Amino acid sequence: MAVSRVVEERPAPSELLGTEPRRQHVLDLDDFSAAEIEQTLETADAMAEVLGRQIRKVPTLRGRTIVTLFYEPSTRTRASFEQAGKILSADVINLTSSESSSRKGESLVDTARTLEAMGADIIVLRHSMSGAPYLVARHTSISVINAGDGWHAHPTQALLDLHTIKQRFKRIQGLKVVIVGDILHSRVARSNVWGLRTMGADVTLCGPPTLLPTDVLEAFGKAPGGLAIETDLDTALDGADVVMALRIQHERQTAGLLPSVREYIRCYQVNEERMGRAKETALVMHPGPMNDGVEISHGLAHGARSLVESQVTNGVAVRMALLYMLASPGVES
Amino acid sequence: MREKVIMTADEIRRALVRVAHEVAERNRGGQDLLFVGIRTRGVPIARRLASYISDFEGIEPPTGSLDIGLYRDDVTSGVNPVLRQTDIPGNVNGKRVVLVDDVLFTGRSLRAAMDAVMDFGRPAQIQLAVLVDRGHRELPVRADYVGKNIPTSRSEEVRVRLRETDGEDLVAILEQGAE
Amino acid sequence: MSASLLIRGGRIVDPANGIDAVGDLLVRDGRVAAVDTSGGLNAPEGTPELDARGLVVAPGFVDLHCHLREPGFEEKETIATGTRAAARGGFTTVCCMPNTHPAIDTRATVEFILGQARAEGAVRVLPVGAVTIERAGRELVDMSELAEAGVVAFSDDGMPVADAHLMRSALALSRVLGLPVMDHCEDQSLARGVMHEGRVATALGLGGNPAAAEDTMVARDIFLAELTGGHVHIAHLSTKGAVDLVRQAKERGLAVTAEVTPHHLTLTDETIAGRKGLDGGRHDGLAAGNAYDSNAKVNPPLRSQDHVDALVAGLRNGVIDAIATDHAPHTVVDKLCEFDLAEFGISGFETALGNVLALVHDGRIGLPALVERLTWGPARIIDVGRTGIGTLGVGAPGDVVLFDLDQEWVVDAESFASKGKNTPLDGRRLKGQVVATVVGGSVAHAARDTVMAHGR
Repeated sequence: MAVSRVVEERPAPSELLGTEPRRQHVLDLDDFSAAEIEQTLETADAMAEVLGRQIRKVPTLRGRTIVTLFYEPSTRTRASFEQAGKILSADVINLTSSESSSRKGESLVDTARTLEAMGADIIVLRHSMSGAPYLVARHTSISVINAGDGWHAHPTQALLDLHTIKQRFKRIQGLKVVIVGDILHSRVARSNVWGLRTMGADVTLCGPPTLLPTDVLEAFGKAPGGLAIETDLDTALDGADVVMALRIQHERQTAGLLPSVREYIRCYQVNEERMGRAKETALVMHPGPMNDGVEISHGLAHGARSLVESQVTNGVAVRMALLYMLASPGVES
Repeated sequence: MREKVIMTADEIRRALVRVAHEVAERNRGGQDLLFVGIRTRGVPIARRLASYISDFEGIEPPTGSLDIGLYRDDVTSGVNPVLRQTDIPGNVNGKRVVLVDDVLFTGRSLRAAMDAVMDFGRPAQIQLAVLVDRGHRELPVRADYVGKNIPTSRSEEVRVRLRETDGEDLVAILEQGAE
Repeated sequence: MSASLLIRGGRIVDPANGIDAVGDLLVRDGRVAAVDTSGGLNAPEGTPELDARGLVVAPGFVDLHCHLREPGFEEKETIATGTRAAARGGFTTVCCMPNTHPAIDTRATVEFILGQARAEGAVRVLPVGAVTIERAGRELVDMSELAEAGVVAFSDDGMPVADAHLMRSALALSRVLGLPVMDHCEDQSLARGVMHEGRVATALGLGGNPAAAEDTMVARDIFLAELTGGHVHIAHLSTKGAVDLVRQAKERGLAVTAEVTPHHLTLTDETIAGRKGLDGGRHDGLAAGNAYDSNAKVNPPLRSQDHVDALVAGLRNGVIDAIATDHAPHTVVDKLCEFDLAEFGISGFETALGNVLALVHDGRIGLPALVERLTWGPARIIDVGRTGIGTLGVGAPGDVVLFDLDQEWVVDAESFASKGKNTPLDGRRLKGQVVATVVGGSVAHAARDTVMAHGR
């Protein structure tokens, strides 16, 4: 017998839907909420299953065109996006340009508009100048994924770092993460500061005073996780769960920011001995490419405490998750 | 808003036990059987079917879960899509795969689910078990096992609630603008 | 008869003569003939009239610092378009900087500019000569010849005079000529970035220029002014440290003056961040508003609020003598590019008044003081012949601006008379607008037909 009853109005619950408004661009992590990061990592987990299949191909992005537009050399990030796109059945076009730093040649906006006219759905942009992805996002209607812009942001790297940390520690909240090196010129550091603190980790930035940016504590706003600055590496490493070493560029020496690489190693190289100050369970990361034996010791980089290989593996899954988020046909709401 | 209850917890249990018997009967007592629940509510239904079969056959067929997000062709929604884990135990080659879903409607989810299963290998058969068939097919898809056929109008909404996901067992039709 | 005009019923604000009262103003044969705030003036039959009731009537504004781009960069601006933009902004005298091509480093170029201004200019144009040949910072220009040709000051604007010895010589020589040296104060070895060094630059990952890069150069120039007795004028002051240094220099009686731009008085480096979520948690996922807006890229850079507050205080208490626009028009292509590659500069004539009147509306400076910084303040610095520009004294040039203190309007860069549409204020609502600009008794710009009353 049929019974009737009064119920409150609510949408049909579905695990297939996120709760965050549909995103058009991935420009930085400063506009990702904790929930959205959580959902991205969860989707990346599901993508890892696809990567484990015998035939690594799903039809999700059939007919979609992804252009990787790289104005800066990069092997791993570009290859990682290309692989992610191809596994999802997208058409991937790779463009590289070395004309980025000059005003000669076609302007970035013109190039992007051309790609738009050709029907590109997503531009994955790597550029040596901060803010370039915002310019493309503003002047075209294509989705833009920032694959690293100047010193500003590298959100997909930070997401894969978060994914790697979560995989190992089962949480991010409450961890102490120390980022060591050239913070001033590091887009990886900036994006990780946003991502880690949003997820509740406490971040310490450590490096020589000439390579720490001005007003760091004021620059990154309020977040659940803390932020600290430390110029002494041993003090910074005290009680650390994760230590992230950044690549040190030799140009910093000629720019008058560092006395010498030798001096940098003496003060800031992350090595086995210094890791004694961190927790016993502490692990090390590096966004690559590494100067083996400079910012990180060889033994540590390739030893049991290193997450460097997991970072590379997770890169593809995280980028698949982002492409899926931006370009998939989606599900009925 | 009002909803009209179509199946109570008892009716759901009886329907699924019957379906479990039909599945076992048609598949030599459950040999080579693999239940694959379509997320979200197909998964607990698949587990229940496997458990009922184990009650009367003594062996519990393996159960997997499938997110069809990577295979869908539906319209874009206003929120970020999130993909959940797909977990297909073992090898599907030569298996009799029983896809399980809560409601069979247009058939589009089933089309996506079949494509997904095929990507894992070459099953001997794919069968389909649903708790509710409400009609209005848009693709040539039919269920092998149906808990209950419910004639509906296209605009009505069928809600299935299960203990595992919603805290209660219930199938109801939402009555738009009821007195 | 042309060049005569009666302006009736406005609030006459003439700081040089201590006047702030409702009254009539008569211009005859291009010069101020009478100001009456007691009962009403009679003009000769047929004199055109402007109805200024409800409007402020002030001396035409004097801009010490703008870029008219001609000769050499006519795609950005010309003397014709630039002076029309100036007239729309209420300016009747503008000093154009020598970073043209060729630079204003010869008599010929000075004469070319003055000729163009006579032929096509809507307002008075006073050229600023370069300090060094081609502004290259190596050899001094022929300063007395340029002075004779008509430059009112010397500057290598855009570039500081980096060599202290050369700057010393320039000050010593210009002292004899009675002209100031205007310096763009920036230690370029310290200023390698593209915006103010601080929290916003850190968050955006853009190279920063510390305030100290300006402070150190201002300090040097002040000591050189003391050493030579020359008059140094600090262009576009932008730091609290520089305000302090200028205050101390003035207290010591040195010939040091300073200007500030409308944008440095009202905008901070946050403008460059746009709506990007510097405070975290924002979720638009779109293009983050106008983050990295190259129209806000200017040199010296927009600085943080503490600097802005110090500049406003310095303007109020007279440490800063003048508001100068640093009007720097650029083409769309110059700005439609990566922030690092974009040209520096803001097209400033047509928003200057509405922009700085915010300070009056917010009670941070009085109207007479603000008008003074736009008129008599700058005029004193360059008007060596004392022609009377910047005042409404009888006999002064009939240069007058009429503005509505309270008219609200929305900036539409596309409608600018200037070729440069580059402004971070596009789309913003401003309060206060120029209604008419009069140069030598002739109307150079009138925004409303209603002000043009018929002569009787």
